[in-house]
Amino acid sequence: MGAEMIRNTAPSWVQGMKAAWPICAGYLAIGISFGIIARQSGFTVVQIGLMSVIVFAGSAQFIAVSMISSGASVIPVITATFFVNLRHVLMSSTLSLHLKGTRKSLLTLFAYGMTDESFAVNFTRFSKGPWDIRSALTVNHAANLFWIASTIAGGYIGHLVPKGAFGLDYALTAMFLSLLVLQLTSRIVALTALVSGVLAVLFSLVLPGTWYVILATMIAATLGVMLQGSLPAAARKERRRP
Amino acid sequence: MTSGQYLLCILGMGVVTYLPRWLPLIWLSGREIPPLFVQWLKFVPASILSALVVPSLFLDPSSRTFDLTRPEFLVALPTLAFAWWSRSLGGTVLLGMILYSLAGFLLP
Repeated sequence: MGAEMIRNTAPSWVQGMKAAWPICAGYLAIGISFGIIARQSGFTVVQIGLMSVIVFAGSAQFIAVSMISSGASVIPVITATFFVNLRHVLMSSTLSLHLKGTRKSLLTLFAYGMTDESFAVNFTRFSKGPWDIRSALTVNHAANLFWIASTIAGGYIGHLVPKGAFGLDYALTAMFLSLLVLQLTSRIVALTALVSGVLAVLFSLVLPGTWYVILATMIAATLGVMLQGSLPAAARKERRRP
Repeated sequence: MTSGQYLLCILGMGVVTYLPRWLPLIWLSGREIPPLFVQWLKFVPASILSALVVPSLFLDPSSRTFDLTRPEFLVALPTLAFAWWSRSLGGTVLLGMILYSLAGFLLP
């Protein structure tokens, strides 16, 4: 409790920075490898930096680089980007539950930095209480700056960094695993997560792009709502851990 | 692709990436959401995290073939156990990174 109160008196941006570091570590690794690949595919450092600033989306940028370097034209690249990033509709809708009454200008700024990673961190913080839009904005934009800088650095000096240095490649996976565990507040939630994971593996074997994320999530969440409605109250009770 | 086309391309990519992030926030945060939809959205975070991370443990990203012996999965087991026990995000990320770099030396 004491530590909790001390932590909560820190300024919003300090709390945001503390929450953002695992994302930054992960983006460093992915950003550098993006920069290397884009340079090897013939992109200039300016082009790499512009794409990171304007698009800010990890997997879509990798896909765009491979499409453009194999001769794709403008419309197919934009279409692929749209479908790859459509999953953010689900994340943005979920976060809106915690951002009621927030100024539209702040939401507009917030949306720019919303990625899988910043969504996961911010949602967990919001649902575990006190967390505000300013801390959340700090998470998004610290991650954003790190991404832009890492991709540019990758374009310049990426070839000097040994591949797989410091286990950085695993930072985001470990972060997602940890945030997943923190989300498991009841048996139904755990069951839906399990179903979603299994479905995602099956779908990703047969479906193109990132449809597997969207479909697995929608089916599993629907199953969760149906289970919630059909089970007796005792089984629904949330299990709170200290 | 020329420089002009490239600029057009990344501007278009930026728009179609930003709108799905922005529209639901602006549209949903200012109004009452039906309770059933709220209930549904509450199941989304755990489901979406699972859908993002589980395939990355078992599938090779380029060929998308299923493999139970990937270091990503083997390292995930102690990492998950530590996450469950410690409830610490930072600690779990550090441990995962250390174990993954060790796996790089130890596993073939």
